[in-house]
Amino acid sequence: MKPLTLSLALAAAFSLAACEHSDIAPPATQYGSTPALPAPQQYLVPPMKVLPAGSWKNGETPTVAAGLKISALVTGLMHPRSVYVLPNGDVLVVESNGPKAPVLHPKDLIMGKVKAFGGTAGKGGNRITLVRPASNGTPAVRTVFLEHLNSPFGVALVGNDLYVANTDAVMRYPYVEGATKITDPGTKLADLPAGPIDHHWTKSLLASADGSKLYVGVGSNSNITENGMGAELNRADILELDRQSGAMRIYASGLRNPNAMQWEPHSKKMWTVVNERDEIGPNLVPDYLTSVQEGGFYGWPYSYYGQHLDPRVQPQKPELVAKAIVPDYALSSHVAPLGLVFGTDTALTPAYHEGAFVGEHGSWDRSPVNGYKVIFVPFKDGKPAGAPLDVVTGFLRPDNHANGRPVGLAIDKSGALLVADDVGNTVWRVTPAADVPAPAPAVASR
Amino acid sequence: MQATLPGSGGLWAHPLYRTLVQFPVACFVGALLTDIAYMRTALYLWASFSVWMLAFGCVCAGITGVVGLVIFIRDRATRAARFAWPHALLSLAAALVAVVNTFVHSRDGYTSVMPTGITLSAIVVLLMVIATALGWHTPRVVLQGEPA
Repeated sequence: MKPLTLSLALAAAFSLAACEHSDIAPPATQYGSTPALPAPQQYLVPPMKVLPAGSWKNGETPTVAAGLKISALVTGLMHPRSVYVLPNGDVLVVESNGPKAPVLHPKDLIMGKVKAFGGTAGKGGNRITLVRPASNGTPAVRTVFLEHLNSPFGVALVGNDLYVANTDAVMRYPYVEGATKITDPGTKLADLPAGPIDHHWTKSLLASADGSKLYVGVGSNSNITENGMGAELNRADILELDRQSGAMRIYASGLRNPNAMQWEPHSKKMWTVVNERDEIGPNLVPDYLTSVQEGGFYGWPYSYYGQHLDPRVQPQKPELVAKAIVPDYALSSHVAPLGLVFGTDTALTPAYHEGAFVGEHGSWDRSPVNGYKVIFVPFKDGKPAGAPLDVVTGFLRPDNHANGRPVGLAIDKSGALLVADDVGNTVWRVTPAADVPAPAPAVASR
Repeated sequence: MQATLPGSGGLWAHPLYRTLVQFPVACFVGALLTDIAYMRTALYLWASFSVWMLAFGCVCAGITGVVGLVIFIRDRATRAARFAWPHALLSLAAALVAVVNTFVHSRDGYTSVMPTGITLSAIVVLLMVIATALGWHTPRVVLQGEPA
């Protein structure tokens, strides 16, 4: 009889694990400087809800907040992840996806397929497309600007040097204002931590105000050190590169997956959005928006939100944990923030002039899902002040398909908000409702 | 001279089952050993060993279980063997615990092994030892012959 009792106990354990998923904190309790942090949980099968990828039908768009309207700037892209606006108003769209992930654990055989279901397997173009919006009767221009890249993400222009952060290196290309194509093979400034694992592959790029330094956001090489600490060298960091020599140092550390660093216009401080760790509960750990202190340590992998220890990390480092900085503003759990831009230069209604837009790619490891929208976090005197506002929503269909997923953000020369949508293969343009008519979507011309 | 067998040797007497059953046994014993190595070193390599061995062991256990079940249903002599039922049920229990253990070992980091994973690994090995001891029951051979 003993075996039978045992199998009953096991069946009970399975169903117990299933029940645990229902305890979901509303995201509203996890916004701001003091998010509710429940105790970590451990699962047999962690909660998962991946929405199948849909597509935008002709004329269909996401929805925007009152006083705004939205239209497609460019469609038919290959997995656009980030957008960058050049001084002359040309828009660079980085079309990219990660390198093939190796199977390191049995669950990778299953997880890859589950996430691909949600559109993360869309083939990246490994290129940058240039879009020059139509103006004064001149038709829109769309060209392939730069090709044969290696999972690119970040772009930064300093003078006539255009820097592109591939997943494995920062490359420099000569740029002349008005150019619609670069054929130069590029010069490598520095190698970046990359394969063969390359768990978080996006490398964000930001130039310092004086142009002497470049900052590179490098995500961790695991969820929570399951590939060993040896795989984490120079990862979960923001690296500082000397633009002349390519010399590299760690600017800030313990940021699990920092993306889209920006200078906050009021304080001139660096801010970033960070994707926090998975698989210890639907409400842990909230992703965040934070200022980045030079030399600062933000917890990963040992702890989160200051001194909350992660039981999955051994051996611990108490002396480092004691120094861990609490991030400024929680965005609630698993929203996957990948885009950030400050509203200072926006032509949108005045409510959006002081604060940060955040592109939330959306969750896969919680039910109900969270994110899948662009929000605005109001700022005052260089610091977040108040609850976030939904700016662009409607990426999800009522039948639980994701027509699109917002990623990188930028403000274009006219002050409109640009949103890269890597499942919808579109860049959206958000303008004031009373604006001049939106330009027609750019058509391919080579 | 004449020899009679009072019962068959149970599942172990069947060559196919006897061949297959060694795979999950070796995998699950190996997983316990690599769990112990992880406990002593916290080196992620050992946890990776464990989860792959458990996963492969579970696949082999599934195949072995199907073969064993077919033999068990079709062959009355196998069921009639001494400890036939305890052997089958204990083997099944070991396989089920191993499946749960594979999920536990699929967590990320230290808690994939400590403390639940290594405990389940030990339980699996213990169940297998008991099941094997019973399943290996060798029939006594009774010799009937002329007195010396």
